[in-house]
Amino acid sequence: MSDAAWPGLPSLARRHRRAALARRGFALLTWLGVALLAVLLLRVGRQGFAWLDWGFLTSFPSRFPAQAGVLSALAGTLWLIGLTALFSVPIGIAAAIYLEEFSRPGRLRSAIEVNIANLAGVPSIVYGLLGLAFFVRGLNLGRSVLAGALTMSLLILPTIIIAAREALKAVPQSLRQGAMALGATRWQAVRHHALPSALPGILTGIILSLSRAIGEAAPLIMIGALTYIAFTPDGPLDDFTALPIQIYNWASRPQKDFHGLAAAGILVLLAVLLLMNAAAVAIRYRSQRKS
Amino acid sequence: MPAAGTAQAAARADFKRPRRWGEEGIRGLLLLCALVSVLTTLGIIVTLSTETFGFLRQVPATEFLFGTRWSPLLAPRSYGVLPLVGGTFMIVLGSALIAIPVGLGSAIYLSEYASDRVRRVIKPVLEILAGIPTVVYGYFALTSVTPLLKLIIPDTQIFNAASAAIVVGIMILPLVASLCDDALAAVPRSLREAGHALGATRLEVSTQIVVPGALSGILAAFVLAASRAFGETMAVTLAAGATPNLTWNPLESIQTMTAYIVQVSLGDTPAGGIEYQTIFAVGALLFAITLAMNVLSHRIMKRYREVYE
Repeated sequence: MSDAAWPGLPSLARRHRRAALARRGFALLTWLGVALLAVLLLRVGRQGFAWLDWGFLTSFPSRFPAQAGVLSALAGTLWLIGLTALFSVPIGIAAAIYLEEFSRPGRLRSAIEVNIANLAGVPSIVYGLLGLAFFVRGLNLGRSVLAGALTMSLLILPTIIIAAREALKAVPQSLRQGAMALGATRWQAVRHHALPSALPGILTGIILSLSRAIGEAAPLIMIGALTYIAFTPDGPLDDFTALPIQIYNWASRPQKDFHGLAAAGILVLLAVLLLMNAAAVAIRYRSQRKS
Repeated sequence: MPAAGTAQAAARADFKRPRRWGEEGIRGLLLLCALVSVLTTLGIIVTLSTETFGFLRQVPATEFLFGTRWSPLLAPRSYGVLPLVGGTFMIVLGSALIAIPVGLGSAIYLSEYASDRVRRVIKPVLEILAGIPTVVYGYFALTSVTPLLKLIIPDTQIFNAASAAIVVGIMILPLVASLCDDALAAVPRSLREAGHALGATRLEVSTQIVVPGALSGILAAFVLAASRAFGETMAVTLAAGATPNLTWNPLESIQTMTAYIVQVSLGDTPAGGIEYQTIFAVGALLFAITLAMNVLSHRIMKRYREVYE
């Protein structure tokens, strides 16, 4: 077949060459992402590993890099996540159950749905402004862990609701119908049948949402958590600091030693996130094996 | 026919299940939890608008929106928000320049070329990239990207827009890649097979059939990613600097809207003062812009769903 058959179309050989080239190009772009991740982790690891030791985990922040540690930040993060889970998990699951199991299609439901979708896209710093005006000043909670946890709860609530809804949606309708045919009320069908089988999916979603909250710094800075804290919180109304904030604090200083501390802090933060993600993967794996 | 109506109603009442107050109570409780999200939205809107109106009573809206000098903390004070908006747009554009080609390219590779084995490696890597806290990207910009830029172009300032834009680009890359991948995967297989049957190469099928077929999903992904870059805070605060600066030079220090809000809240600003109100005014603008982008993205997405379902 001559090339003239389709005027304007390049020759077949050329088209194939171009396709082969593009294939390599697309592959290159894809592996670029992997390479970037590798570079990032390697750089942080190399800069932070020297500073990472037992003393780093058990000391408070200090003006002297050699004595500085993340104890107060680590404790603050644990407090923050514990309280955030306490507020956001029950409310998130309940909201998902309402939307998925109890609500009828209509104006109210679509209003709530649109609202949740939009909230999921609101920048985290705007939640920080809300927390500052409402929890810190309005409710007079001050710069406490409680104010931080309430702000974080609002921030991750949309993602928890969306994940829990997906998990409930995946439970076959026949399970509920079976229960209700035997006389169970809607709530009994949900409580004893739909919810238990959706639980692994819900837990995975919760863990991923909470790990987002662990890494967030902006809303906490807004409510004023960036201060020098050399104690671990004893109660929900105590001042606190958190890992990402401590990292920000060290990274924003010009001295090289503090950058090393920031890198070490990042390693601790990534380790916490890795543990949580491993838990999520384990839950997913176990539930897949059972079914 | 009122008589028949009442008879029907009576018959229906006979079949009505007994009202269970426990069940109704639980339903109400669940609804209350669902309404927390509505309250959150109301809370955001009320908070932002009260403080913003307080601010606009002292500074005219035209000066705020169109003024070209932002200096609310130091005399001579000036409240033109354009330098912050310009700085933010520079970050958004720069990050899009990186995330869009790389993200779309990876999505095409993952959906049209890659074997299952490769997908099983790449997908988790993208998930990890998406899960890395933004403060880590800020650190990476400051300690790795900026020195590299300085090596290439010695004029680069320590804090500069380019470095922040690059890491924000890396940050939103997984979002672009996975959303585009979903959009491409939604294009029916038969369209690709038709293309191959007509003798098109794989590249021609990808770029002339699959990508146009998924265009609205891809555009929605771009808009959503841009909105994410718009609201990004920690990386730009660490790497882009704190100089409100209406410039086109990405190697200079700038300040984004989010970075300004952080800068003010780092200091101890008393409530009620105009400094305190400025962060809510800037926050309201940020909220309005990102909301508009998210709504736009949902609209585009909705249109594309109708095509293949």
